[in-house]
Amino acid sequence: MHRGKGMKFVGDSRIKAENKMPNVPKDYSEYPGKTEAFWPNFLLKEWMVGAVFLVGYLILTVAHPSPLERQADPTDTTYVPLPDWYFLSMYQLLKYEFASGPFNIVGALVMPGIAIGALMLVPFMDTTKERRPFKRPLPTAFMLLAFAAMFYLTWESVANHDWEKAKAQGEIREEVSFDPESEGYKIYAGASCIGCHGDAFEGGLGMPLADTGLTAEEITEIAKNGRGEMPGGTFKGTEEELHTLSEFISGLSTE
Amino acid sequence: MLNKIYDWVDERLDITPIWRDIADHEVPEHVNPAHHFSAFIYCFGGLTFFVTVIQILSGMFLTMYYTPDIENAWKSVYYLQNEVAFGEIVRGMHHWGASLVIVMMFLHTLRVFFTGSYKKPRELNWVVGVLIFVTMLGLGFTGYLLPWDMKAVFATKVGIEIAASVPFIGEWIKILLAGDSTILGAQTLTRFFAIHVFFLPAALLGLLAAHFIMIRRQGISGPL
Ligand code: HEM
Repeated sequence: MHRGKGMKFVGDSRIKAENKMPNVPKDYSEYPGKTEAFWPNFLLKEWMVGAVFLVGYLILTVAHPSPLERQADPTDTTYVPLPDWYFLSMYQLLKYEFASGPFNIVGALVMPGIAIGALMLVPFMDTTKERRPFKRPLPTAFMLLAFAAMFYLTWESVANHDWEKAKAQGEIREEVSFDPESEGYKIYAGASCIGCHGDAFEGGLGMPLADTGLTAEEITEIAKNGRGEMPGGTFKGTEEELHTLSEFISGLSTE
Repeated sequence: MLNKIYDWVDERLDITPIWRDIADHEVPEHVNPAHHFSAFIYCFGGLTFFVTVIQILSGMFLTMYYTPDIENAWKSVYYLQNEVAFGEIVRGMHHWGASLVIVMMFLHTLRVFFTGSYKKPRELNWVVGVLIFVTMLGLGFTGYLLPWDMKAVFATKVGIEIAASVPFIGEWIKILLAGDSTILGAQTLTRFFAIHVFFLPAALLGLLAAHFIMIRRQGISGPL
């Protein structure tokens, strides 16, 4: 169907190509049935599928804001990382003995290489005319096996990850406002407290110290007797210093 | 009026055959979900493309705020997420789209595999498909670093270490990606940014063009 008028030139230097294939639509008479024009009929239906998909997509987006952890601190050596979900199977593979340490190359290169390489070569290995999955059991079995293996590895990786800790380690922490010249901070920095609670009270091995809701007396108590994993009696200063320190910490806030 | 403009251009550039080629083909019954519900598996490729388009558009809007340097990258994302009107939606679409596109691509690959559609004469299109597959994973990997938050940096560290363990060229790949043999920092971020928004999308567009031209040439595979 030629819609336009064709081109008319003033001085046409183009040479007409002979035997140029006419622009005819594909012939589907081989499988007759209810064929339908792509434009615009089928495209409109496809767009309806797309619209339904888009609604689901937008609901997901609105219901789950995308995560953002705190700004990267490359010096934090305690952070346990996790890649995006589609890399989890590969990540998990590297945790097994046969694919890590001296055999790291197996998990990092050999197995993923075989997977991608095999996928690439599928049409050159499965060369029969048969298309139905059950009529070509080997390719079907290999694909199902590969899928099961990836599913299992991903599952293991998710199950073995400490999600509570992962959430805590990445949380955006409010900055604690304090005066580093204050007496309280000087005592804090001179004592062992700073090792676990961080030099800006952000926590570390110990908990963050801002907004604890504890009174100075309670903090003195904890410093002397410990609490949970924190040992007591690590503060070696005088009673008076401990009092100043407790008052100082009790007043710390993120506002 | 529009018709007149169209004819004017067509008389000079003969544009009709260009779009007619895409428009004038019949879609066979066995891939049409309106006739056989199970034919929805043939929509996976189209939906993958749909999400890819959304990724490109939302990504273009993200770069209006995003700043690829280690001082400001995180802050710009935080600002976009919390202060900019609809910033959370734009970032959310790009974030969830990144996963959806991979899901749809997996499903599309499985559809092509289990319907045996990679067989002669479509071998080359399958190979192009696998290259698209790898490109997509690369986009996911490089995009993960860009917000410059904790998970970004430490996951990338692991990824680069894996790349570095490749014999002979591992160290070279590492330096190429990270910009340094030991530091994962400012250079790494700018490189990942460039790879994520220029190199890989360019490769992807080229591959997709090849993919679609081949599909038009060969038509969709017949019913099972
Ligand atoms: C961004 C990723 C991709 C997009 C947007 C895409 C898009 C498409 C579309 C729209 C079709 C038409 C049929 C259909 O929708 O099912 C198609 C067919 C095809 N795709 Fe893809 N594809 C992608 C990735 C892949 C991958 C990863 C592979 C294989 C590893 C692949 C292999 C094929 C083959 C062999 C066909 C022809 C199938 C037939 O004729 O029945 N594609 N693709």
